[in-house]
Amino acid sequence: MPVSERHSKLVYDALVAAGVEVVSALPETWLVHLIRLAEDDPEMILVRLAKEEEGVGISAGAHLAGRKSAMLLQNHGLLQSVNGIVSLAQLYRIPLLLLISDRGHLGEPDPWQTQGGRTTRPILDALGIVTDELRDPATVQLQVARAMTLAQASLAPVALLLTRDLMWEALA
Amino acid sequence: MKRIDCLEAIYDELAGCAVVTIMGAVAVELYSLGHRPNFFYLEHAMGLASSMGLGIALSQPRRKVVVLDGDGSVLMNLGGLTTLARYAPGNLTHIVFDNQSLLSVGGFPTATATGSDLAGIARAAGIANARTVTDVAAFQAAAVEAIRGPELTCLVAKVEPVGPRSFHMDLHMLENRFEFQRALRPEPTHPQGAAS
Repeated sequence: MPVSERHSKLVYDALVAAGVEVVSALPETWLVHLIRLAEDDPEMILVRLAKEEEGVGISAGAHLAGRKSAMLLQNHGLLQSVNGIVSLAQLYRIPLLLLISDRGHLGEPDPWQTQGGRTTRPILDALGIVTDELRDPATVQLQVARAMTLAQASLAPVALLLTRDLMWEALA
Repeated sequence: MKRIDCLEAIYDELAGCAVVTIMGAVAVELYSLGHRPNFFYLEHAMGLASSMGLGIALSQPRRKVVVLDGDGSVLMNLGGLTTLARYAPGNLTHIVFDNQSLLSVGGFPTATATGSDLAGIARAAGIANARTVTDVAAFQAAAVEAIRGPELTCLVAKVEPVGPRSFHMDLHMLENRFEFQRALRPEPTHPQGAAS
């Protein structure tokens, strides 16, 4: 599978280093290694969801109960979660660290991902969510740490887009 | 049976628990019995009260968590029942007040009015301890047993579609949120038994 195990591990280690103890996830191709890493980590509370919006509730509960969390979701999972983000996370000032696979952007071969790809950034922008792109493996740890710091300080969602450059292993 | 009578019957039992309610009549009626810092009223985000309860229960396994849900909200997050069943935290009790209607927005009937059985759905989702009660004494006994007991329970209470005269609560959402967060600190050092 050309999804990068090495870079997935970088992202996972960055989450752990940022103090994440609870991860909610709904599988998609780009997230498989990340989810397996969470699954194999006895220290991590992994919550597998039926639908991504549940993850906002999980993260809100975790935050109020004193634990840092992250949500692993596809950009279509972001679309599924919008009401929860607005009417729970933003209304109640809950920090959310959203790691969103950036499907449907440059290089996307799957036609069914392309429409969602066009809406991801405008929707994050419309929601007023501070967003950054994880692209360079060298800066992943710092970006994740800073995203968590901002989420906790602002009591608001912060989104990190997992780009194709990072998540997709270049063919040798 | 009336929701307010059910709430009154378990009010003392809720003293030591993290309690998450949905918006509308459930929140107002619990509040009217006497607010406590360990009560959180989720005034929007319909469907996510149970997910919040799960997040708390998994984050603080030694704390008793009670979610006070409703039929309209549960119907918005039926998938969440499968997530509750998958992790089945023994410190979580999921109480669903089923009045077969969306009371605070005109009383229109929900699908439970036409036969959808939430306890049956919860059982089929994998929550073995899921049942329906129709009188206050049975509700009280089942709820207290569930809260004190070691297994995830979903208790569906069939209640009349009546609510409070006013939905006003003299408590800002954010005040409630920060107060509740403080009430959850620190996590109990030992598993909570029966509430004092």
